[in-house]
Amino acid sequence: MATAQSTSILPEELEESGREPVVAVQDIHKSFGAHKVLNGINLTVNRGETLAVLGRSGTGKSVLLRLIVGLDKPDSGSIRICGEDIAGLTIDQLGGIRKKMGFLFQHAALYDSLSVADNVAFPLLHHNKALSKSERADRVSQLLLEVGLDGNLDRMPSDISGGMQKRVGLARALALKPEILLLDEPTAGLDPISSREIDELILKLQKERQMASIVVTHDLFSAKIISNRLALLDQGNVLIEGSFEDLERSDIAFVKEFLKQ
Amino acid sequence: MSDTAVTAVAANRRNAPDRRVMPIAAISTSAIAFIGDFFEWFGNLGIFFWRVLRAGLTPPYECRELIRQLDEVGSKSLPLVALAGSAIGVVISLEARYSLSRFGAKSMFPATLVYSVIQVMGPIITGLVVSGRVGAGIGAELASMKVTEQIDAIEASAINPYRLLAATRILACILMLPLLTIAADACGLLTGWFAQALVEPLSFHQFVESGFKGATLNAFLPPTLKTMVYGFIIGLIACFQGMRTRGGAEGVGRAATNSVVLGSLFLMLADVVLVKFILVVFP
Repeated sequence: MATAQSTSILPEELEESGREPVVAVQDIHKSFGAHKVLNGINLTVNRGETLAVLGRSGTGKSVLLRLIVGLDKPDSGSIRICGEDIAGLTIDQLGGIRKKMGFLFQHAALYDSLSVADNVAFPLLHHNKALSKSERADRVSQLLLEVGLDGNLDRMPSDISGGMQKRVGLARALALKPEILLLDEPTAGLDPISSREIDELILKLQKERQMASIVVTHDLFSAKIISNRLALLDQGNVLIEGSFEDLERSDIAFVKEFLKQ
Repeated sequence: MSDTAVTAVAANRRNAPDRRVMPIAAISTSAIAFIGDFFEWFGNLGIFFWRVLRAGLTPPYECRELIRQLDEVGSKSLPLVALAGSAIGVVISLEARYSLSRFGAKSMFPATLVYSVIQVMGPIITGLVVSGRVGAGIGAELASMKVTEQIDAIEASAINPYRLLAATRILACILMLPLLTIAADACGLLTGWFAQALVEPLSFHQFVESGFKGATLNAFLPPTLKTMVYGFIIGLIACFQGMRTRGGAEGVGRAATNSVVLGSLFLMLADVVLVKFILVVFP
């Protein structure tokens, strides 16, 4: 069994060893009013590694992702992205770091007034201004092809299925060639076949792009397939961290209960 | 009744809350909460304005989105503003003719119409129409984007939403309000003259010459340019209400309503200050 205490590597230790993690979350606390969501959480993710974050609803998994991408600010603690502490950075200063990250929202969060192609082109239009219109269109087609979509370029997000919306969201998240991919429940609300297709897609992208990924999910099967390491959250902290087999071998009652699902 | 029972009743009365005091306590608690919310709202509005200002003044500038918003606020509001201006022109014409006839001052009709439309009614009617159409539109659009995490997605894509969404919309309102006011004024004067010409012969040339006789730029420019402040108020409040929305479809509806109600209210309050300011600075 591997517990959070035994496997979490503090950023200082990794710096000393010369191998700094791409994402290092250290002693993060976050409350909403009187409700404490995260209670001194520590996590690290290295290049090419996929960490699945599991836990019951309301344990702060999505909040953790929002803190990493800088959409919310932690009450205390530090978050280092590619070695840079993002605490205290302004929205414009965060921009440079956010370009290194791709974020797939739980409900895809596609821009409903833009077509599928324009959704994927949106980050390119703002950050790759040197690209010509035709180059941008080629890049969009290539990204959509990469996530298994072809021939749906001019349709609006409301006209495509939930699974396709997730794929478009993923293509948009990949548009700026991120080093870190954050996925918030990528298979939530999808049928089992679509879920497996998304899992395979994530695995394929991981192999091809070697990104550091954090996947928040309730789907144990999906977590087992796509991640190298899992972290189970409970009461605002990492209860256990390790491989799926480590979790299976755990004697902790909550872990056993969670794996029963 | 026994002594024990009397004592028990008296004790209960002592322990029971005074019914006269309860409503006063409840009212004072509500009043304190209302005052707290009031100042919190203004504080948050101030912080929001500072973020928009800082984002809007620093590059990269969102010119493409600004042009889209100029079209959205300007061109698409033009028919409504023209119609409202035309209606006001006819109403002022009918009212002025009746009132001026009673006092034997019919010759003052062109000047009355011109000054009423350009200095008073044109700007405020344009402001209210734009507040209704554009304020509600911006409030609902941004609120819908907020509750569906689209604004978060913009921010996560390393794009500043205060610059892309708020600064462009507020600037478009500021730039377009004076132009729409000129259009409303022109329509109001045309229909006002036309309504008068139907009753009594009055050439357009005569109407213009008499109406603008002795007029200086100071008489017409400040009332038209003050609508830039209206535009700022409409845009700022609509963006603020939209981008702070919570609570799904209900929240979207509330944001749209508040954008119009608060926008119109602050616009009229600002008008009081602006009219006095113009009278003092441009006598």
